[in-house]
Formats: sequence, C-alpha cells, structure tokens
Amino acid sequence: MTDKIAQTLPVTLPVTLAVNGTDYAISVEPRRLLVDAIREECGLTGTHIGCQHGVCGSCTVLVDGVPVRSCLMFAVQVAGRSIRTVEGLSDGETLHPLQRAFMDHHGLQCGFCTPGFLMLAAGALEENPDIDDAELTHILSSNLCRCTGYQNILKAVRAAAVEMKAGG
Amino acid sequence: MKPAPFTYHAPHDLTEAVGLLASLGDDGRILAGGQSLVPTMAFRLALPEHLIDINGIAGLDYLDVSDGVLRIGPLVRHAAFHRPVLAGPLGGLLSFVVRHIAHYPIRTRGTFCGSLAHADPAAEWGLVAATLDASVTARSERGERVVPVAQLFEWIMTTTLADDEMLVEARLPVLAPATRWGFYEFNRRAGDYAMAMALVAFEVTENRIVAPRLGMGGVEGFPRRLAEVEAVLSGRAPNPVLFREAAEAAAAAVDPLEDAQIDLTYRRDLVRAVTERALQRAMTMDRSAGHE
Amino acid sequence: MSETAGATWVGRSIRRVEDPALVTGRGRFTADLKADLSVRFVRSAVAAGTFADVVLPETMADGAQVFTARDLIDVKPIRSILHRPDYVIVPQPVLADGAVYFVGEPIAAVVAPTEEVAEDIADQVLVDVTPVDAVVDAVAALEPGARAVHAEAPRNVLVEGRFRTDGVTAAFAGAHAVVAIDLVSRRQNALPLEARAGHAAFDTATGRVTLTCTTQMPHLTRTVIADLLGMPELDLRVVAPDVGGGFGQKMSLAPEYVVLVWLARRLRRSVAWIEDRRENLMSSFHSRDQRLHLKGAFDASGKLLALDADVIVNVGAYSAYPMTCGVEPLMAMAEIPGPYDVQEYACIARGVTTNTCPMAPYRGVSRPVITFAIERLMDTAARQLAIDPVIIRDINLIDRFPYRSATGLLIDEGSYRRTLAIAAETIDVAAFRAEQARARLDGRFLGLGFSTFSERTAYGTSAFAARGMETTPGFEAVELVMDPSGTVEARIGTSPHGQGLRTTLAQIIADELGIRPDKIRVVHGDTDRTPYGWGTFASRSLVMSGGASKLAAERIKAKLLTIASQLFEVAEIDIAIEDGTACVVGTDRTLPVEVLARAAYHGVHKFMGKAAPGLVELATYDPNGTFSNACHVAVVEVDTATGRVEIKRFLVVEDAGTLINPMIVDGQVHGGVAQGIANALFEEIVYDSSGTIITTSLADFLVPTAAEIPSIEIRHLETTTDQSLTKAKGLGEGGVIGAPAAITNAISDALAPFGIAINEIPATPQRIRALIRAAEEARS
Repeated sequence: MTDKIAQTLPVTLPVTLAVNGTDYAISVEPRRLLVDAIREECGLTGTHIGCQHGVCGSCTVLVDGVPVRSCLMFAVQVAGRSIRTVEGLSDGETLHPLQRAFMDHHGLQCGFCTPGFLMLAAGALEENPDIDDAELTHILSSNLCRCTGYQNILKAVRAAAVEMKAGG
Repeated sequence: MKPAPFTYHAPHDLTEAVGLLASLGDDGRILAGGQSLVPTMAFRLALPEHLIDINGIAGLDYLDVSDGVLRIGPLVRHAAFHRPVLAGPLGGLLSFVVRHIAHYPIRTRGTFCGSLAHADPAAEWGLVAATLDASVTARSERGERVVPVAQLFEWIMTTTLADDEMLVEARLPVLAPATRWGFYEFNRRAGDYAMAMALVAFEVTENRIVAPRLGMGGVEGFPRRLAEVEAVLSGRAPNPVLFREAAEAAAAAVDPLEDAQIDLTYRRDLVRAVTERALQRAMTMDRSAGHE
Repeated sequence: MSETAGATWVGRSIRRVEDPALVTGRGRFTADLKADLSVRFVRSAVAAGTFADVVLPETMADGAQVFTARDLIDVKPIRSILHRPDYVIVPQPVLADGAVYFVGEPIAAVVAPTEEVAEDIADQVLVDVTPVDAVVDAVAALEPGARAVHAEAPRNVLVEGRFRTDGVTAAFAGAHAVVAIDLVSRRQNALPLEARAGHAAFDTATGRVTLTCTTQMPHLTRTVIADLLGMPELDLRVVAPDVGGGFGQKMSLAPEYVVLVWLARRLRRSVAWIEDRRENLMSSFHSRDQRLHLKGAFDASGKLLALDADVIVNVGAYSAYPMTCGVEPLMAMAEIPGPYDVQEYACIARGVTTNTCPMAPYRGVSRPVITFAIERLMDTAARQLAIDPVIIRDINLIDRFPYRSATGLLIDEGSYRRTLAIAAETIDVAAFRAEQARARLDGRFLGLGFSTFSERTAYGTSAFAARGMETTPGFEAVELVMDPSGTVEARIGTSPHGQGLRTTLAQIIADELGIRPDKIRVVHGDTDRTPYGWGTFASRSLVMSGGASKLAAERIKAKLLTIASQLFEVAEIDIAIEDGTACVVGTDRTLPVEVLARAAYHGVHKFMGKAAPGLVELATYDPNGTFSNACHVAVVEVDTATGRVEIKRFLVVEDAGTLINPMIVDGQVHGGVAQGIANALFEEIVYDSSGTIITTSLADFLVPTAAEIPSIEIRHLETTTDQSLTKAKGLGEGGVIGAPAAITNAISDALAPFGIAINEIPATPQRIRALIRAAEEARS
C-alpha cells in the first residue's frame, strides 16, 4: 500500500489537450488518466469508463487518428497530439456514417459502450477502408458490449464501411 | 482504481533517461507503451514513485535489417508488425504472431521491447525472442551490455536487468528463406494471454527436419526452447506420428506453473495440443504471407 | 386522408428516439454529473470476523472525512422480508457494524475532494478484523457442525421451500425408468458495462436530496431509503438517468446509495460514488450459484410422469432488497417443471447463507439454471430410453391452454410444440446427423442441442403476493398528458435502460390515439415526474407500461372524440382520428388533433358538461402474467484435445406474441443469447476457501467478445393472448434462459461417443477436457 498520501495541494503539471480541434489548457496531476481529463477537465463526458484496466474499451478515443484506450494513458502524455472523441465524430450537425449506421441497424441498446465502438471503428475504417468481415470481427473483438451480442454492431460497421468507401 | 501519485519525467534523450534510472533506482519505472504497466498501477499492485516517459524521445522507433539481424528500437509498437516488416519468413511470422497480442488498440501503444522487459511468461514476443535466440541491449549510465534472451528472463515478470538498466534494442535473427515456421496459441478468448503457446521453426532438407527450434510459452516461469523436443525432431521426417511424439516429449519436458485455475494435467494437455498444431502449421503455412 | 391511413406503428422497426443522444456522446450517465465531493468505500478484505475500531490515517487531505457505522447510528439496517415461517430475517447494516460477513462488505465511507484522494485515504484506513473461518461453500454450510454465518440462522438456511403433490412417490415407484442427474451452476455476475454509481445532491433551498443513481427501480429506491434514514419521503427525489445496462443487478438496493443520501444531508453538499470494476466484481450482487439434484420418472414412451428436485442456492451473506434471498430457490421450486405437462412434482429448495457476496436477480433469475437442469434431464432420458431428443420433448410439451402447472401457475396460450417443430426443420436434423457421422470419421466432434422453455413475464401483484414478499411489487402506472398543442407526454413507472421503451411505447400510444409517434415523448426514471411504479425487470416493462399506456390512451382518445363530436356536430361514431387528424368518415371535413387539444384547455365551453377540462389520464395495469416461449438450437464443435467449444450455429424460434418493434425484439434476443453463451462457456465468479474472491478483474472474469459470439438466427411466431392488453408478451430474458441448456445439450451430444454428460456451467475447456480424459482412461 502506498505510504504517501497527498497532504497538501498535489503537484500538477500544465498540459494543453487538443480535443476535437479545440485546445484545453489544463493543469493536472501526472497520475490523472487521459480519460478522466477528457471527461472532467475538458467536460466531454461522451467517453466512458467501464473497467479502468484496459479491457472493455469503453474509453477508446483516437490519438493522432489511432484508437487507444484512454484509461491506459496519462493526460500529461498527450501534449501536442490530436485527440478525437465521440463528440467530434460528427461534422457539425451532420452525423458520421457510423453514427447513422448504428441508429439504422440497432447497434446500441443502453449506449454505454457505443462511443468506444464508434471511435474504434472510425479509426479502423480510416486506416483500412477495404477491411473484410474477418478482419472487422477481429478489430471489433477489442471492445465489450453487454447488451447487443455484437451482431448489430458488426452489421452497422459493415454498412458504414460500404458508405464510407463510396465516399459517403 | 486510480493510480497512486507519482512524479513524472519526460527525458529528451536516452542519456537523460538512464541518468534518471540511475538516480531513482527501484523507485523509477520506464513508461513506454504502458499497456501492461498502467493496469497494474490501476490495481495499485505497482506503485512506482517516478515514471520515466520515453515516448517523447526521437529516433527510438527504428526497425532495420542489417547483417542478417532485425533491429527493433524501444518505441516500436506492436502495430508496426501488422504488415510484414521484411520479406521472407521472419516478416510473415511476426505479422502472424502479432495478431494474437491483446487487441488492436493495445497494439497501437504497446511496444516490442517493453513486452520483453515486462517478462510476462504468457506474452507472445517473449516466446518469439526465446525461440529464435534473440538478444537485447541493456543500457545504463554504466554503459551498454548485450544480453542473450536466454539469459534475460529470470522468472515471472522478472528479468536480469538491473534497476538502473533499460532495454534499448532487441535483435531477431533474419530467418533463412527456406525456413518453415508454425505458431499456435491456446487461450479462452481472442486476445487473451496464452495458456500455452508453441513456436516452431525449422528447415526441411531431403524430407528431414534440419536445425529445429521449438519454444514453449505461457506454461512455465518464462518461455524457453525445449531441447528435448528439438532432439526428437532433428533429422526425422515430418509426419503426424513424429509430431505426436514431439508433443508427448513437450508435455514431459515442461514444469508447468502451479495455478489455482489451471491444473497441471490440463496444462500438459494444452502443451501437447499446441506443440502438435504448431508443427502441423509449419508444414502448411504460407511462410511469407503469414497465413494458412 | 394521408397515405399512412390504416397503417399502424405497432409492428414496425422504426428507429429509436433514444439513439441520437447516445451516438453523439450526449447521453447523461450518473458518472457524468459533477459533484462537490467523491466517496470511496473501505471494504472488508476478510470474509468473516469482528472488529472493534476503524483506524484513520494520522493526516488526511483538506476537506476529507471518514464515516463509519458509529456515525450512521440512526440509520436502520436493510431488512428484506418474506412472510413465510421458514424465512429467517437477517438485517444488513449499511456500513458493517463490528462484524463483517463477506469480502467487499462496506465498512467505512471516505469523503474527499477527488476520487484519487479518496482512494489514497481509503488505502490508509486500517480495520483490524479478528477473523473466523469463513463458510464459503453452500453444501459445507449445511453440514452438521458447520459454523453459523449469522446467529439468526443456526443451520445457515435462510429460506426453505417444500412442495409435494400426492402422487409423486407412486409415480416414481411405477415408472419404467428413473433418470437422475446432479447439476452445478457456478456463480455469475451480471456485469453491466456501466458499474453502479450514485450521486446525491443536497438542495440548500428546499432541504431535499436528489439521488441520481444506476437503479432499475427508482420509486422503490426512494421509499426504502427515506424509510431507512427516517426522513420524509417527500424530501427525496430519485433519478435514474441513462443507465448503462442493469440485467437485474441494479434493481437491488445498494447499501452504498443509503450512505450517499445520508452524506448529502449531513454535509449539505453533493457527493458521488462511482463504483470501479473491481468493486463491482467483488461486492455488487452475484447470482445463480446453485446445485440441483433432479430426478424424472418416465414411462417407456418417454412421457414424463413425475419430477423430484432438491435445490441448494448459495445466497451469500445477506438477503437483497426487495426480492430477498428467496427469489432464486423459490422460483426454482415454482417453475422447474417448465413447459412440460407433468402434474406430480416434489421439490425442496433452500437458500443457504455463506460468507460470500449477496445474491440477487440476474436476467432470468433462476430460469437459466432450472431450464439447464430440466433440459439436461430430457436429453439424458432420451439417451437412456433411446428416444430422439426432439420427440421426447414433443410428447411432453404442453399444448392445451390455459395450462395449470403442478405448482399452480396458469400458463396462457403458447406455441411450444410448434416452435420445436420449426426449429428442428430449420436446422434439418437429419442432415446434421449425417454431417456429424462424417465428421466423427475424421476425428471431429460436432453436436446438436435443443432447449424448449417458457418465459414467465409481466406478472403483477398477485404473483408477487403469492411469494409472501413484505414489499409486494406488481402493478404499473402511466400518466398520459396531451397538452394544448396536441403533443403528448407519457410519464411511466417502469425504468428502461436500453430496452427502447421510449420508442416502443410511443408506437403503442400513437396507434391508440391516432397521432404520430414523434408527437409523443416518454418520460421515465425521475420520481418527481412519474407516477409510482416498480421499475424495469422480469421482462415486464413493455407489457405493463404498454397496457397502462393503452388504457390511458383509450380514455384520452374517447375524450378527443367527444370534443370532436361537439366541434363537428356529428355523432362520435362517425368520427375517426388517424395520423394526427380527426375526420368525419365519408366526408372531407377534418380537424387537426391540435385543434381538439386546444379546445380541451382553452375552449372548455364548447363541450361543457360532456367531459371534464384537460386531457390527463392516469391508468394502472396489473395483469397476472403471460408466458412467452421459445426453442433454442445450438450446433457446436468440441476440440477434444483442448476442450474448447466453438458454436457453429445458434437458432432461436421464439414466440412473444405481438411484436411492437421487431428490430428491438431481435436485439433483445441477440443480447440475451450472448449472456447465455457467456454463462454456458465463459463467466464464473470464483472464491478460494478463505472466502477471498479470486476473479477481481476482467482478465479473470471472461466476458465474451465479438469473436466468441456467433450470429444468432431468429424466427418469430406471434401467438396472441388475453393476458396482455397489447397482445405483446415480455421477452427480455428469453435469450439467456434457453441458451445454456441448448449449448450443454449440444456439447453432450458431441461427446456422446465418450459417454460424457455436461451437467456443470460454465462448461470450461478444462472441465470438458477432464471429462474426456477420464473417459479415455476408463476405456483403456
């Protein structure tokens, strides 16, 4: 067990998080997880915490276009990187094809895992628009869902992939 | 499940990084990918007082082939191996194995060298390194030394690296073009740590197995080559009967970890199965493409 | 008339109104609220023992405090009560008071400015527990001389049900064959992806507290917390916001919520507790830890003559509120005969207390286990009697309705035999058997397994009253209000958390009123805004809230017709309201519904004396319950070298009456089957002999991913019933009820050449491999 506890004000470091194209100048303890900084200091609560040890993927965001588990990074690590969360997926009022596909194909029920899946899929499809079904299942097996049984999530991402390839 | 407090350092180069390690001793931990370290910090099983974040150091993500060796820098992420990083069997092998490591978002951050330094016996790169007789370079303020992987792993999560040393390079031998290889891992779900995994590499000349390497991971305190099984294979014709004999030899050769969840008899069953299947795959695998 | 004239909304797979916010990250979950202070609970690391003091660290962060049972001296313990002579009441203090009964039991509440600091302090709090030997296993707890977990229950039995019909003994004596099996269901955790959380905020202006929390039963939560704290119920508001899955775990009262409200009142601030995953695995609620001995008496043709069951349920350290620790054993006792025609039945069912986490309902409650039990019995009997497993079910499934079960359940119209027949035909059993035979020659082991079952849904007060619950749930209420603009607010007492009720109820109300669903907004979860109801669990919400909505909507519709009649000056019978417009049938005289609504409030003189002003109706609905039914079929391949099971095909043929929104129905089936597969093959909470929980992370508790869950094929039948006003039956739990049975039957079928029976879930690779090895060794 730790034998040091914060007795006075903890040491904080300044860091600017660039999230969805907006800069957030914050000051946080080094131990502040990226997911908590996004949710608390930046006020973007769309990214969720399901396990806090890097297994469930609810906290998935894009860092420089690549899906990462934001519960396994510290906020102080991402200065100068570009972070994208579910709040930045749509283009203003225009929904991303993935968001529309999830609604069209009932790819969500309680919605808790949804932001993580959306960002995972967005990153994967942007890297590989020609992704095949086996590879898609492999990628989507990264995140947990308790409500849908995954079937409609797969269906939704497949549909979005088709649309995105066609330039949608 | 929030980590305990720590002091954060972001060195600009390796000299600074090893300088910090020297002054901090066992109070300091290197933060590379963080995919293994941070979960243990969340559970407060790891309580490093200082984290030395090397992600900002330029030039550490190199991958190059020279003198028959693939040199892997300390910030090369698992994801770098998704597509073969060189032509030939080694590239195919690495791109096949990497898909078994955790999940895609973990692979975008976790590092090859970090995995070796972490020394989880069920980690796939450790088995690759042990089977192919990789070597690593450990660097400290005191200098650099080369450590063969067979002398790197000491026990579960324990290496022979000193507190002030960091792993700055891993080297894998480039496999000869005719090398056949087979990898088979058993786990409960896709992406889980291996409950047993086998990697085999050999050439076949005039229908005889030549220079076999067979490594077993996820079963003992660290992955290693099973010389007894290699002896069974060497000079024999590859066929199902031989492979079953090799599988039995593997089950006899290992000294499995005691585990509340996995009994020894079952572990040996898995050792048999992964050995036999790795050998079968070596005969059917498309060597450079990394798939069957 | 519009082009949608005559079209209905019920039966259409319209998009969910819940979705736009959720896919854009604008959902509002409990952890999304800001709080002044964070709460972290110090929890027992010891399964059983006593303690005198809670020792605080010498220095703590500014603004940090620690509270124990000594501070909460005026808070009553939780008492979950069944009025039965065999039921032992064990009170549960909200914070452990000098004694601990399970690892994870909350002992102290640390309040600090941030979660991190609260955890730092909690790690420093020392509780010196003098341990006693933990009682962990239910069978061991029943042994004479076993230590009593609670003084109130010297034999460790908290509830014991006994049932016996007069002819059981004779039926067994005269049977052609008696088939007996022992089954084990290992401990489960519903594992909603959002763990539990509570946020209690004190309003200094009014003195009220708003508790926003992950609950499936907001109204009851309000009543019971007010009761335990001795505070006026009017001063407490409970809000269930967006909730990330519940599956039953969030219907039971968490002692932590009581502490939060107490803290908010004491500190006059807002406090939040966000459960982490380790806490959730360890100390939320567990389920389905059962052992059964099941015997069936059969005649030579395979007809089931009698059943005899002995059920031991490990209910853990306390009796969860409100369902009590009796919920699993007594439901097993009442429902083991399932969908089969058997009138001679005996059962002893006991709820045994141990030093483990308390048990509470998880999707299906006891039904996944008892379905597993009786379906394994059927397959075992089929094998023993050399009867085809489809035929043995076909000759025993009920097919005359209503059917009164041996235990007095009245089962309404269903399609038990027909779903089985369709399932067998769809799978093409003969073709499978040929494929299976060919595969065996190649050393591959394929298997086919069926399960047929009924799903008891939407049962009201009379069903709960029969259990003797002190707190008797059952009815549902809906308050329907059409405002002067013609838009409708439906305030409901159920509390959906993913089921899509805001969409499906709007479909039902739209059809009833003759307006479009986008004019209807369903409000739920906030006790300040909704009529008292019982929440969402037990596959009830659509049927109950749907029925109440229909009743309320009928009355509003009637009023609209009265108003229209006055405005049109024609008889009501000549008026129709469709797609938002009232028209005089056969003419082109129309009025938009908005005009009628406006008149209801602003033109009351136009219908004075014919109807009261306004358009507000409160309706309650309290049906006896309706049974949906399904047949599940699993095709598996077993890797005999490792024991791994691959599901190659999974088919569901289900009948839940009228489908309100087929897309949502299918989603419920997919998700239920996925949890059933998890139960059958992967998930298990494990304790060691000291009562320490070993499975404390998602690396140990194995939730299946998309790689492990196959595509589920679904066929629907729609048998209507008089037991539901909307003709819809509940179906949320069906997927998880039938899947473990189908899968274990399939594995047993695959391994029939080894003589292996799979009677334990989860059927892990290690367990399967051990059975294979034993069979191979026995042979040689």
